[in-house]
Amino acid sequence: MLESILITIATAATPLLIAAMGELVVERSGVLNLGVEGMMIMGAVTGFAVAQTTGSPWLGVFAAIVVGAAFSLLFAFLTLTLVTNQVATGLALTLLGLGLSGMIGEAFIGAPGVKLGTLYIPYLTDLPYVGRLVFGQDPIFYLSILLTAGVAWFLFSTRAGLTLRAVGGNHGSAHALGINVVAIRYLAVMFGGACAGLAGGFLALVYVPQWVEGMSAGRGWIALALVVFASWRPWRVLAGAYLFGAVSIGQLHAQALGWPIPSQLLSSLPYLATIVVLVLISRNRRLTMVNTPACLGQRFVPDR
Amino acid sequence: MRKTLLALAASAAVLIPGAALAQDKTKACFIYVGPIGDFGYSYQHHQGLLEAQEHFGDKLETAYLESVPEGADTERALERLARSGCDIIFATSFGFMDGTNAVAGRFPDIKFEHATGYKREHPNVSTYNSKFHEGRYVQGVIAAKMSKAGVAGYIASFPIPEVVMGINAFVLGAQSVNPDFKVKVVWANTWFDAGKEADAAKALIDQGVDIITQHTDSTAPLQVAAERGIKGFGQATDMIKFGPETQLTAIVDDWGPYYIERIQKVMDGTWEQSDIWGGMKEGHVVMAPYTNMPDDVKALAEETEAKIKSGEFNPYTGPINKQDGTPWLAEGEVAEDSVLLGLNFYVQGVDDQLPQ
Repeated sequence: MLESILITIATAATPLLIAAMGELVVERSGVLNLGVEGMMIMGAVTGFAVAQTTGSPWLGVFAAIVVGAAFSLLFAFLTLTLVTNQVATGLALTLLGLGLSGMIGEAFIGAPGVKLGTLYIPYLTDLPYVGRLVFGQDPIFYLSILLTAGVAWFLFSTRAGLTLRAVGGNHGSAHALGINVVAIRYLAVMFGGACAGLAGGFLALVYVPQWVEGMSAGRGWIALALVVFASWRPWRVLAGAYLFGAVSIGQLHAQALGWPIPSQLLSSLPYLATIVVLVLISRNRRLTMVNTPACLGQRFVPDR
Repeated sequence: MRKTLLALAASAAVLIPGAALAQDKTKACFIYVGPIGDFGYSYQHHQGLLEAQEHFGDKLETAYLESVPEGADTERALERLARSGCDIIFATSFGFMDGTNAVAGRFPDIKFEHATGYKREHPNVSTYNSKFHEGRYVQGVIAAKMSKAGVAGYIASFPIPEVVMGINAFVLGAQSVNPDFKVKVVWANTWFDAGKEADAAKALIDQGVDIITQHTDSTAPLQVAAERGIKGFGQATDMIKFGPETQLTAIVDDWGPYYIERIQKVMDGTWEQSDIWGGMKEGHVVMAPYTNMPDDVKALAEETEAKIKSGEFNPYTGPINKQDGTPWLAEGEVAEDSVLLGLNFYVQGVDDQLPQ
């Protein structure tokens, strides 16, 4: 039973982790993209549509990533090339994504989906207690862990990562050093879009193999909160996503066990936990300042 | 923030099919709590709209707002529709109750119809509801026959009378077969979040239930049940496609006939305030085909359905005890509709504390 609870938690945490990891890179480059929810749901609808039409969940996953990235390109063009307000544009992207996905998905309502299979390694998956947890989950779960490690390594151990952080920390100086700020931000935003798209694809192909309008149900916003929660550190995003997942699943179990705690309070626990941790983290002001990208959300127009 | 966004999205989603605004046309408007693509509750109301549109053809103009948040934003959505020239507005969720009555007071010439509520503060407000619990009773009978563990999982949305009534009816149905039958309830505190509903189903199954039913609107719990190899029930619409080997039956809400009847009355000028509570007898509640069960269970389910349909049997017939064991209904006593519509306590056998 414990194992299957842990697997449920991992399933709940994975889409949050992936989307938040993408947004972390975007924000580290100094761009605030509030359109995660919109990109996610676009990924979900395309992932579902492609998988359902072709019968191949992998093509669906691929399509979700591509569409997420393409959709974020719209945001990048508006905010980076036309220098529009990032907050307003991000919100617009969310609204557009929610509406557009509903329109695209209309034909797929009520159609049973295709589910991405889980890993099976002979002997290893059959191990008692940990087999299914460690060796028997869906491939995207493993990808999300690799993604975390990859982003952590990229940001803090590579030159390109340093450049990206420099762009987010002080775009004026980065520009003066001859770094192409806009180009780097374009790439970062697209990476964020691809991740959000993948998270959406996960929702529609693994979490619940179906398409329904608005199925992201606010997970994009939670991913955004997780980035701040993690003070822009990749492994903390992972911890945050799993904490959130654990509390969300834990409260359902507490209810099923019949604990005499009001369910409304239990339902709000994941959010309360997020707030408590945020408060604890922000008590150390200096540490928070160190990690916050100083140019986050600021417009940048290169002088020629 | 999210709420504002949803409201924005909702108001952006006004769709007005048919551009002409001719005076001789009647305009019927609807607000839904979920997206019309939920393939559950809101979807089914929208099917009612489409049925009415088909029935009246050119004589009827329709408009709808989907994903309207319950609470303060309801009024804005309703007011917007009211100003757009609707003759009759159907507010299709319990949480639209106060908003509907407030807006109805400001637009006395427009007829308002509120689903599943009980407040009619102005002469132009009617309420209508379906006796979903009649279907829940049948489901309970089936669940008790099919379950080996003797425990069913129930994913509930919000602790409102309609939902409590459903849980109780399910338990009563189950106990008519197996007096020791237990029901575990998980409150999702949402009408519609496929992911959360799936998580709730997984949690219940992990705790040993082997039948899942739900009073939330997505197909996710049924899909989880299919994945885990147990049985479940569809909600609001026939969900057999999502669990060909899993769905035992589903309660199908058929709103079309009611909508056609009420719109016709507006056209004829004979609309009057009413409080309609139709069930199986009136055709508002229909059971999807009984599938994936042995013939004897099917026969029992059909027999129960027929008895309720003919009016011979009411699920809320005593003796029934409240959860704590105190008597509620004496032998042969039938609960009053007014009591049921405000129901806020469990009957004996529910393994949960009702959130107040």
